[in-house]
Amino acid sequence: MNDRLKPAQKPAPNAGRRAVVNESGIEIKPLYTAEDVEASGGFGFIGKPGEFPFVRGIHPLMYRHRPFTMRQYTGFGNPVQTNQRFKYLIANGQTGLNVAFDLPTQIGLDSDDPLAWGEVGRVGMAVDSLRDFEIAFDGIDLDKITVSLTINGAAPQLIAMFLAMGEKRGYDAKKLRGTAQNDILKEFIGRGTWIYPVEPSIKLVGDTIEFCAKEAPKYSPVSVCGYHIRESGANPAQEMAYAFCIAKAYADEVLARGLDIDEFAGRLSFNFNIFGNIFEQVCKFRAARGLWAKIMKEQYGAKDPGSMWMRMIAGGGGGGLTFEQPEVNIVRGAYYALISALAGAQTMALCCYDEAYTIPSEYAQRISLRTMQLLPEEMGLADTVDPLAGSYYVETLTNDMRRKMEEVMAEVDRQGGIVKLVAEGAIQSQVSAQAYRMQQDIESGAFPKVGVNRYRSESEEEHEVKMHPYNEEDTRMQVESLNRVRAERDAARAKAALARVGADARTGANVMPAIMDAVKAYATVGEITQELAKVYGRYREPIRF
Amino acid sequence: MSAERRIRIVVAKPGLDGHDVGAKVVVRALMDAGFEVIYTGLRQPPEAVARIALEEDVDVIALSSMAGSHLPFCQRLKPLLEEAGLSDKLWIIGGNLPRQDHDALRTLGFKGVFPTGSKLGDIVGFIRENVT
Repeated sequence: MNDRLKPAQKPAPNAGRRAVVNESGIEIKPLYTAEDVEASGGFGFIGKPGEFPFVRGIHPLMYRHRPFTMRQYTGFGNPVQTNQRFKYLIANGQTGLNVAFDLPTQIGLDSDDPLAWGEVGRVGMAVDSLRDFEIAFDGIDLDKITVSLTINGAAPQLIAMFLAMGEKRGYDAKKLRGTAQNDILKEFIGRGTWIYPVEPSIKLVGDTIEFCAKEAPKYSPVSVCGYHIRESGANPAQEMAYAFCIAKAYADEVLARGLDIDEFAGRLSFNFNIFGNIFEQVCKFRAARGLWAKIMKEQYGAKDPGSMWMRMIAGGGGGGLTFEQPEVNIVRGAYYALISALAGAQTMALCCYDEAYTIPSEYAQRISLRTMQLLPEEMGLADTVDPLAGSYYVETLTNDMRRKMEEVMAEVDRQGGIVKLVAEGAIQSQVSAQAYRMQQDIESGAFPKVGVNRYRSESEEEHEVKMHPYNEEDTRMQVESLNRVRAERDAARAKAALARVGADARTGANVMPAIMDAVKAYATVGEITQELAKVYGRYREPIRF
Repeated sequence: MSAERRIRIVVAKPGLDGHDVGAKVVVRALMDAGFEVIYTGLRQPPEAVARIALEEDVDVIALSSMAGSHLPFCQRLKPLLEEAGLSDKLWIIGGNLPRQDHDALRTLGFKGVFPTGSKLGDIVGFIRENVT
């Protein structure tokens, strides 16, 4: 065994004296005392769980009242196959769903669009019409299992489909819970499923928030993502700061329509990443919770405590996992889950050990699910609220991380605001330069990655992962199903509903009521996108290095 | 080619895949290595890749694919590159490329295959060695 391993690098003899700086740029001392906490701002901004500034958690009892929701990212092929996987995960104790859509769906193309060729059902479930939602969620109790839709560019259509599907099954839209990702600004920075230019894209996010505030007040129409900005190269402080700038941009859009902040801010949620240094990550979340509460209370005049809550899914961690020695990702995932639980996340999900290779297998998803289940059920993570509070190190770093985030947010404002910086490609350029430096540091060994730049193994069998099959036949079946929907629907009704989508887009009205009617008439994702694109145009990516 | 002329490379994001972290990292590494790089941005159909490669008179056509559609895409790109008279250029591909597909990619004409975990220096070195 040993002869296959390269010799490990010995730590430098003066390692203890070397400066340790975390990814956010904060120097870490070998020892923290009460004086460090005082010097960093003291214990004054911590408070109690469930009380402003919510650093210790948004609820007084946190997991003692209810453990985090477990919500693995799932979806592939067609709605029939995905429905089966959903039921498998629920049968194994998963408490929520997080739906992956294929790329054509995400960018508003129907499965028979020539541009969709070779991509239908590949990285997620294909959705063309309301019929697909009816199949995908068949037999799933939407009161017990909340559904999160990972959809952005085509979010108006898919939110409408979810609400329409719920109504059709007898659920009251006023009580229906669930979440849509629907954070388009971060799609321009990373992930890339934009459709329309920046300004109308923000307008559409505003439409969904305004519509849900009135028609589906328990539904969370937006989950603002630092996650993908971090994956694109941002450090942890930037991840939170950029996400808050983006969340503020959406809030400003809705406030400009005359809504009160407390009418909608309580349904804004967040999606953050969990890979990296355990203490930097936990303090990142504690600090950010206090900062968001402060922003909502002081800058936006929110009165309802719910408006000040940084509700979050803290999960994934894909950027920290490695292609090399994939089984080690199971262990990384366990540490990431620990971070998420120590940070007081409302919802957790883990990237699977095989996810750098393929769509996760049932086996890999079950391991991730069990990893999360261990924490509350065997390891005591649900016993007491915010267990790291009061540690000199944790409280100092929490104060320091908050200051870093405030600095980044002030810099964004100084440069003209997040919308301008994203439209110009400035944030994209900044994080991509950082990703390049990180790659160089990993290749040189300056940034340690176990199995990558130390303890490498050249053994082939250690890279064995079972690949998820892609079946052309599934595409054919999806296109057939789409054709059937088009043939069977009331053509005049669908046509009229689509015309109204275009008309409302032209007048600048909220397009959500028209989109609701259109999806109920079985108009497709692609048809609705085309109506909107006729008015809004399509985004052209700024190329900037 | 003449000694004065720098190697020109188009880096393209094929298909609908939005994962561009790796493509942009590679672009920066190629620029730092002294190559002239044209980055296409996201969502390039095969026709666009062939057209840009021809118009920009490149020596290297590089694709970055993370979302699994590399084989169907390259099967459609190959005849288009051939029709455009670009068979003698260096074709390379990187990204999430399962080992079981490497031979098929090489058979399609992609001389350099750089799966996840490849080093930037190896990509640069391969281009220097193979552009004549």
